[in-house]
Amino acid sequence: MSFSADKIKADFMILNQLVNEEPLVYLDNAATSQKPTTVLATVEQYYRRNNANVHRGVHTLAERATAQYEAARQKVQHFIHAKESAEVLFTRGTTTSLNWVAKSYGEASVHQGDEILISVMEHHSNIVPWQQLAKRQQAVLKYIDITPEGLLDMNSLRSQLTSKTKIVSLAHVSNVLGVVNPIQEIAHLVHEAGAVLVVDGAQAVPHQKVDVQELDVDFYAFSGHKMLGPTGIGVLYGKRHLLEQMEPVEFGGEMIDIVTEQESTWKELPWKFEAGTPNIAGAIGLGAAIDYMEAIGVDNIQQHEQELMQYLWPKLTAIPGLTIYGPAKLEQRTGIITFNLEDIHPHDVATAMDMEGVAIRAGNHCTQPLMTRLGCGSSARASFYVYNTTADADKFVEALIATKEFFSYGTI
Amino acid sequence: MGLSKLDQLYRQVILDHSQHPHHYGKLDESTRTIELNNPTCGDVIQLHFLIEDDRITDIRFSGHGCTISKASASMMTDLMVGKTLEEALQLEKQFSLLVQGEEVQDVEELGDAVLLSGVAKFPARIKCATLSWKALEKALAE
Repeated sequence: MSFSADKIKADFMILNQLVNEEPLVYLDNAATSQKPTTVLATVEQYYRRNNANVHRGVHTLAERATAQYEAARQKVQHFIHAKESAEVLFTRGTTTSLNWVAKSYGEASVHQGDEILISVMEHHSNIVPWQQLAKRQQAVLKYIDITPEGLLDMNSLRSQLTSKTKIVSLAHVSNVLGVVNPIQEIAHLVHEAGAVLVVDGAQAVPHQKVDVQELDVDFYAFSGHKMLGPTGIGVLYGKRHLLEQMEPVEFGGEMIDIVTEQESTWKELPWKFEAGTPNIAGAIGLGAAIDYMEAIGVDNIQQHEQELMQYLWPKLTAIPGLTIYGPAKLEQRTGIITFNLEDIHPHDVATAMDMEGVAIRAGNHCTQPLMTRLGCGSSARASFYVYNTTADADKFVEALIATKEFFSYGTI
Repeated sequence: MGLSKLDQLYRQVILDHSQHPHHYGKLDESTRTIELNNPTCGDVIQLHFLIEDDRITDIRFSGHGCTISKASASMMTDLMVGKTLEEALQLEKQFSLLVQGEEVQDVEELGDAVLLSGVAKFPARIKCATLSWKALEKALAE
């Protein structure tokens, strides 16, 4: 079947509404995506028919819930090409996944004087856990710079990667610059230096094929809600030998093997990390989101976003006073457009766009060090996804021009 | 609807205050200074006060922000010169109610800041309007 964004859009009921009396154009997908009917129906069906706790009941509903929950894990495994489902841990989201690595793997492997290497383009969730780890362990947190074009500076990476480096943690795709980092090449360099590579894949997994074995990453984190799934569910992938040597971050029910008054032992992977009742509905919903994405084809999603950018880019660069951050070469970026419009504050831009029904993000996008590096306190961001059409792109451009005129003349 | 509704928020007087803010800069001598930021947008405001005998005799603001936060700071500083600390805090309370769409008595006492009442219809922007006023409250409470 041929790809049609219009047909796909019809699967997302939320997009069919007026906002401020204008048809909604949702361009805040890097913050969270919308959910197709199949995901909503799957979650509802779970609660209506199968709701029970997992891994502890022998009754029929408990078996159904457990089977669905573990089937979702296998869907994730195949989706990211992990070697086995035991390497797929369910978490609350990317932030929790990264915190787990920093807390458990980090505390065991980073010691006084060791170095952790991240980049200036990271989201706060891939900065603050490492800052805290560095403080606890008296280690050093170092930053890879970006090039003037807005790419990860590979020379900066190479020169800072030393025998002291224990962990390198980088975004696969920047949530601001939209740039795709060469993870496979970086993994090779990191492993040569004897360190492990952690990857924040929150902006990658929803938009492009990810093969964790081909990339040869040690840890890979992402969220369900940015890839058409529910909020509150995410994934931490880790290589088995690393997960095996890690202590759980949380303790309690579900994750234990034997508990005596003074000592306990843990279940095997992946359950030793999943203390307490997990987000069962979330995991099952994520499984449905993966089914939906696979039915469209992840390569088709990526190609659609590329084509949208090719359509949009010349229209945007024709607007005088519009500054777009990140590389100008479209093949180096995804469907994220972060910008400033003359000296109009991004909040004013976002409010004006909202009046036109266009939902964009404004602020620092949880990347204050990057905003400082780019020399802007804040910026506006439009981020496109599988259901966005060329009509959405046209409306975005039209609203930008109207916004610019409004603030130039103080009237319309 | 489109941008016509924006006029409710961005009245001409508000745009004027934002483009040509009053009391913008620093004082040669200030008796109290405070900095407050809005972490969601990265806006930062600094207030510099000259306070004599529990009265604000001069005030300046600096920093960067959006149209609403700059205009609001400009209007706030216009209003506060000459006020006692008690009066200033009372006005801050009134303004806070106004932008949340609550009933305010003696609304004319708020001067140009009355024009920001339209912010109540844009809940995401209330924080922009109140940033400088919250900074004032925090500074005077110290």
